[in-house]
Amino acid sequence: MSTTVDETLLRRIEEGFSHAVIAFVDHDGYPLSVATSYRVDPSRGVIELDVVAADVPLGRQVNVVFSHIRPQPSVGYDERRYVSLWGSLSGTASGYELRPGRAQTWDEREVPFFQYSELTVPQAHAYLEELSARQDRRIRPKLSGGWLFLRATRLPFLSAMVVPVGLGTAIAALDGAWHWWLFLLTLFGAAFVHLGLNVANDVFDTMSGADAANTTPTQFSGGSRVILYGLMSRRQMALLSTGFYAAAIGIGLFLAVDRGFWPLLWLGVSGVAISIAYTAPPFRLVHRGLGEVAVGAGFGPIMLLGAQYVQAQRVTWEAGFASIPVAILIALVLYANEVPDRPGDAAAGKRTLPVRLSKHAVILSYETAVLVAFGLIAGGAISGLLVRPAILALLAAPLGLKVRRGLRENYDDPYALMPSLGAGVNLHLSTGLLLIVGYVISIAATHNMAHVPLYLH
Amino acid sequence: MGALPEEIERILEAALVAEFTVIDERDRPVTHPMIPLYDGEKLYVHSSILFSKKLAHIRANPRVSLSISDPTATHGDPLPHRVTIQGDARLFEGDVHQEWHRILPLWKKKEPIVEMFYAKRVALPLFWERVLVEIQPRRALWWQGGRTDLPPQVVEVARV
Repeated sequence: MSTTVDETLLRRIEEGFSHAVIAFVDHDGYPLSVATSYRVDPSRGVIELDVVAADVPLGRQVNVVFSHIRPQPSVGYDERRYVSLWGSLSGTASGYELRPGRAQTWDEREVPFFQYSELTVPQAHAYLEELSARQDRRIRPKLSGGWLFLRATRLPFLSAMVVPVGLGTAIAALDGAWHWWLFLLTLFGAAFVHLGLNVANDVFDTMSGADAANTTPTQFSGGSRVILYGLMSRRQMALLSTGFYAAAIGIGLFLAVDRGFWPLLWLGVSGVAISIAYTAPPFRLVHRGLGEVAVGAGFGPIMLLGAQYVQAQRVTWEAGFASIPVAILIALVLYANEVPDRPGDAAAGKRTLPVRLSKHAVILSYETAVLVAFGLIAGGAISGLLVRPAILALLAAPLGLKVRRGLRENYDDPYALMPSLGAGVNLHLSTGLLLIVGYVISIAATHNMAHVPLYLH
Repeated sequence: MGALPEEIERILEAALVAEFTVIDERDRPVTHPMIPLYDGEKLYVHSSILFSKKLAHIRANPRVSLSISDPTATHGDPLPHRVTIQGDARLFEGDVHQEWHRILPLWKKKEPIVEMFYAKRVALPLFWERVLVEIQPRRALWWQGGRTDLPPQVVEVARV
């Protein structure tokens, strides 16, 4: 990356490298590069280079490079950094003196490789455009179909909808309502809404400039970037999203006709509408700091009550209560994942909660919300609002501590934050699965025991 | 016996980083730290299209040089000498998705973690769209003991 030559840069050169390499164009018109020792005089703004046995041109532009790696056997190397300086050399008693006029640097401790690779995406596009023009055919980057689908849809995030659908179905099953094929249809319907949302989110984030402004995406944040990378066009993604929504609406309509039209229609319409309004103008809920509420509602009460209704053709207070901690924990996944996106989101006018709040407020809100979620689970299990084995879900609570520690220690380091973001996803998934396990234990006890003890009911 | 003296070949095979210098449109040298690869006849470097400015420079002027200057940048013993090789570069741009794959085994030998990153190329797809740069060596300059203040041995390389 281009940078100015100042005392700070010269001090870094003085401390960070073992030798210099002088590169120049020789008499034959070929570049020639030769290593030598150097000293830096920051007060004069010059680099002193020892003489080399080559016809180094004085008074002409040369390139002086300082480069470092640390070998790592069985891996390769790390600690990559370099400084490249341009200027003309003047002769001295011991060799040459460079007064650099221009510099280019990279140090992976300051700009991690993944961020560096994001900053140079426009260079890749410029290259492909130029290559396409030369070869007279459109050349695009490629990924195999499976990888591209995985990336474009962000398929691994489907765990977010497995929890509410599974839990809603389990609560219905406790009352004796269980139809496996309806469960599968509900699961597919919810999955298609979720995939439609993921893909639509990318379309709108590309249009708003939020993805381009984000130079530190992680596997949990920053979108799929398939449009930004040129792997798919915006039109292709819009069609894909429309296809997912159409499939979801088709399944939803079938279930509504078969199981209860108006309740399921309202739940379905609400779910689809919220997912579209999440990033689509004019609502753009996530831009207004309402993304967490939208995601919590969609992946909490709407999906959970919908799944219960499909099975039991009624909703219960128990399911409504169970959906609250599920909603809180999925909203917290989004909330934590927005932390590394803050600079890019702010630049694109996407005023998420972490953009609006201070670090202290973000972490305090996270802690409070986790406590509320687990407090509700504990209170529900003890009071009998939920089945008692649902208390098992508290086993997942330590993951919340891991996220909290990560937010405290790596708030401004997107890549160091990644394990904590992963823990946040696991916190939601593990808690949800343990809640489901709690219900399955209760169902098994109800079906197999003449007298169900209180702690299993 | 390859295209270059054995002692230079051993250095090329062991070195983890080289300074690869091209000439820009204003006739100025521009140097990039890169992994040098050698197959016994020709030298190779390769560049992601994310870092593709050097490719335009090579297309306009294929004269390049590659110097191995850091004796400690190896996985084994320190390098005994410093080497600079001048040559003519050729770009392989027919299929930036596949064409560079032939040097993948050489790359993995120097940077084994590439195997894992390549398996997970979905994470950074543009990085794996790459251009292979083949360098036909023309002249090798060989500084005994790394002493660049003393005249180098110069080897003119017969074209392979």
